[in-house]
Amino acid sequence: MSETLTTKRGPKAPSRAAVRYVLRRLGQAVLVMLLVVIGSFVLVKMSPGDFVDTLAGTSEMTADQMASLRARYGLDQPVPVQLLYYMARLVTLDFGFSPANNAPVIDVIAKRWPVTAILVIASVSISMVVGTLLGVMAARNAGKPVDLGLSVLMLVFYATPSFIIAVLMILIFSVKMNVLPIAGFASIGMGYTGWDYFKDVAWHLVMPVSALCTFYIAIYGRIGRAAMLEVMKLDFIRTARGKGLRERRVIYVHALRNALLPLVTMAGLQVSALVGGAVLIETIFGLNGMGRTAFDAVFQRDTNLLLGVVFISSLCVVVVNFGIDLLYMLLDPRVEVK
Amino acid sequence: MKAPSFTLGRRAFIASLAASTALPMASLPSRLLAQEAKAGGMLRTVAWPAPTVLNSAISTAGTESFIAPKMFDGLLAYDTGLVPRGQLAESWDIAEDGLTVTFKLRDGVKWHDGTAFTAKDVAFTFMEVLKVIHGRGKATFAALEAVDTPDDLTAVFRLTTPSPAMMRALDSRESPILPAHIYEGTDIQANPANTAPIGTGPFKMAEYEVGSYIVLVKNPDYWDAGLPLLDRIIIQFVADAATRASMLEAGQIDGVFLNMLPAPEILRLDALPDFERDTKGYEAMPSAQQLDFNLDNEYLADIRVRHAIAHAIDTDWITQNIWYGLGAPGKSPLHVDQKEYYTTDGVPSYDYDLEKAKALLDEAGFAPAANGMRFSLMLDPSPWGTESIGAAPYIKEQLRQIGIDVTIRTQDFAVFTTTVWTERKGDLVLYTVNLGVDPVIGTQRFYWSKSYNPGVAFSNGAHYVNPQVDALLEAAQVELDPAKRKAQYAEFQQIVMADLPVLPITNIFGANIVNVKVKDTTIDALGALGGFSRAWIDA
Repeated sequence: MSETLTTKRGPKAPSRAAVRYVLRRLGQAVLVMLLVVIGSFVLVKMSPGDFVDTLAGTSEMTADQMASLRARYGLDQPVPVQLLYYMARLVTLDFGFSPANNAPVIDVIAKRWPVTAILVIASVSISMVVGTLLGVMAARNAGKPVDLGLSVLMLVFYATPSFIIAVLMILIFSVKMNVLPIAGFASIGMGYTGWDYFKDVAWHLVMPVSALCTFYIAIYGRIGRAAMLEVMKLDFIRTARGKGLRERRVIYVHALRNALLPLVTMAGLQVSALVGGAVLIETIFGLNGMGRTAFDAVFQRDTNLLLGVVFISSLCVVVVNFGIDLLYMLLDPRVEVK
Repeated sequence: MKAPSFTLGRRAFIASLAASTALPMASLPSRLLAQEAKAGGMLRTVAWPAPTVLNSAISTAGTESFIAPKMFDGLLAYDTGLVPRGQLAESWDIAEDGLTVTFKLRDGVKWHDGTAFTAKDVAFTFMEVLKVIHGRGKATFAALEAVDTPDDLTAVFRLTTPSPAMMRALDSRESPILPAHIYEGTDIQANPANTAPIGTGPFKMAEYEVGSYIVLVKNPDYWDAGLPLLDRIIIQFVADAATRASMLEAGQIDGVFLNMLPAPEILRLDALPDFERDTKGYEAMPSAQQLDFNLDNEYLADIRVRHAIAHAIDTDWITQNIWYGLGAPGKSPLHVDQKEYYTTDGVPSYDYDLEKAKALLDEAGFAPAANGMRFSLMLDPSPWGTESIGAAPYIKEQLRQIGIDVTIRTQDFAVFTTTVWTERKGDLVLYTVNLGVDPVIGTQRFYWSKSYNPGVAFSNGAHYVNPQVDALLEAAQVELDPAKRKAQYAEFQQIVMADLPVLPITNIFGANIVNVKVKDTTIDALGALGGFSRAWIDA
């Protein structure tokens, strides 16, 4: 995305250039989505075995029963025909049926999407806020013991895989102290609503969100520290100080705003990584999100479901990246579209 | 001196209580020990993988088999030792020629939607569902020609040949009775009731979140007065075995059934005072680890090679180290728990002896090349569980020592079943499998020439053809005289252990691990696969 952006002085006005840019990005997005759909379909179809094979493996079946199931799900058709059917349905936003869940793909995704969305939103915002604050704190104290301590902490966060953190937290907070629930998105069968439900879900997500956060806290911290140190050397900071502004205002308004650009870029990457990459955390904490769904769909050869998840996730990544580019323009008026 | 009891943790405290009461109680007769069952309470447990449907007539997969019997009843239940007892059938009568079985059905049974249960439901279930859709049903009920319903409470099974195996397969897991008024005239596999079950069983479905959890609540109108005892059962679908163990240890669930924890975790938790292990209630699903020899392979076609491999693999080592002792070394195609038919009398066995193995390979004419290897084979371990993948390197090393170069191929589930059974590209196939409640249902498929069927998983993958074995299996299928049937299966065991198309590795012992407050989850041969109608919580 960065090559489409240039820095240029001059008045900022919604121009034809901006409209053209948006249209071009949309065209690119459609192309990306098309490649994603065809690519994932072909990849899944290339691997041996289909859904009926996996079903037959867990539930003994005769050859007739397998053939009739293949016919039921259209798996007896040639692969190009299956792909055409699939794309034709996709145009009408029909994602097909997930045999493994015995439900329409759209229903499955509708149930699981919020789990991942909440995980992603919570971990991105928490890690960004906490990481940035730690980075600023380190930058303000550059070279002092606070900076050193934070560097060590961030190195540990950076180097420890999220699943190790997850397992350690389970051992400490659930097995030993018995305060946090291990698995699930909410207490089952309690019928909580409103604020109680919110608290219940939050309580269930403390460990998974923390496990997803630590690595990114370290990243934001390190990037934030470096960017702050860079910005603090610039002339306008000296000017701000010269004007007699309070240090807090200099740091958090003048400097931080300018140091935010690399952090926003990182947030875009984090969203993309988490949408599909939370498989491990979703597995450990028994959360039924998009990552786990995609993972299971691959192993069950549940093509419709996998493609549905990939489609929605890619769409989300494309949209988020687009939003990040717009955010760039807001944060730094010098950044303008070509 | 400081009183140590104040610093004791919760577990240690319970342990000390147990220790202080154990001695006086040990001298009491056991029936006084049996506590009064309490009604009420909730049982929380886990399962994996998440079910596709909630009906074990449509899918015989593991989770379906665990959940569905809580909501459905069968005609019969089986006490320990597989002694039949009435469930939806109050009594039954087998004609002398074995060709008709008359079931008198229980009066006053209601489906969860309030409709009356009748013989029509029984006829419909067997003829339209179990014989057609159920994975094993087609074989189990092959002899069942028709079900007559002279009145609402009588179902007469008409058979073309006697079928002793059928009488073993009438429980709530294997043959749940479905409501005809819901299913009749519909596309059975697509019926919405498959995920919103209407049964006659002790529990009704209250809440189901596909892929996440299911909540079952007590059926207040259950025919067995006073049962079930539990108010609720909550089953969460949790993918990670370590998570399941942590949930149990943290008290967030009350029990893990059907070996859903790895053996070391079961043994570790069992050693803690809060938990106990239960290995009963697995008669209806004896399972085993076995090694198929693909007889279409030029080397494995030679019986001396198969015998050599059997001598090179120490099945006791695998049982102790891979299964952590939760099993017995395999000595027969049947499971040691299939007590009626299992025998080692006159059955060839293969002691662990590398020299004998090498001599057999020499005799077969496969001399070692310069690198010490005689020939190469592919070994496919099954990807479910960890035990087959764990045992594969041991087998590779053992066979290397006798000059067979083994390559281990680990694959995902779909690829494994496709390569092995559809494409038949496997040489040695190591997997765990359910041996069924009767040899006809579980074991026969691996040895019967007619079940050689590429494309069908867990069929005769060895491609074993022995007319004598076929004749024995087919005779035992219809033999009503227990003594004769026993003799037939004894001869079968002797022959196939000599021919060795399949090397039995370990007879697996099933295990549940539950919190000590959970009582009576195993009351009969079906164990945790039953309805949990008498399970209760001592809270």
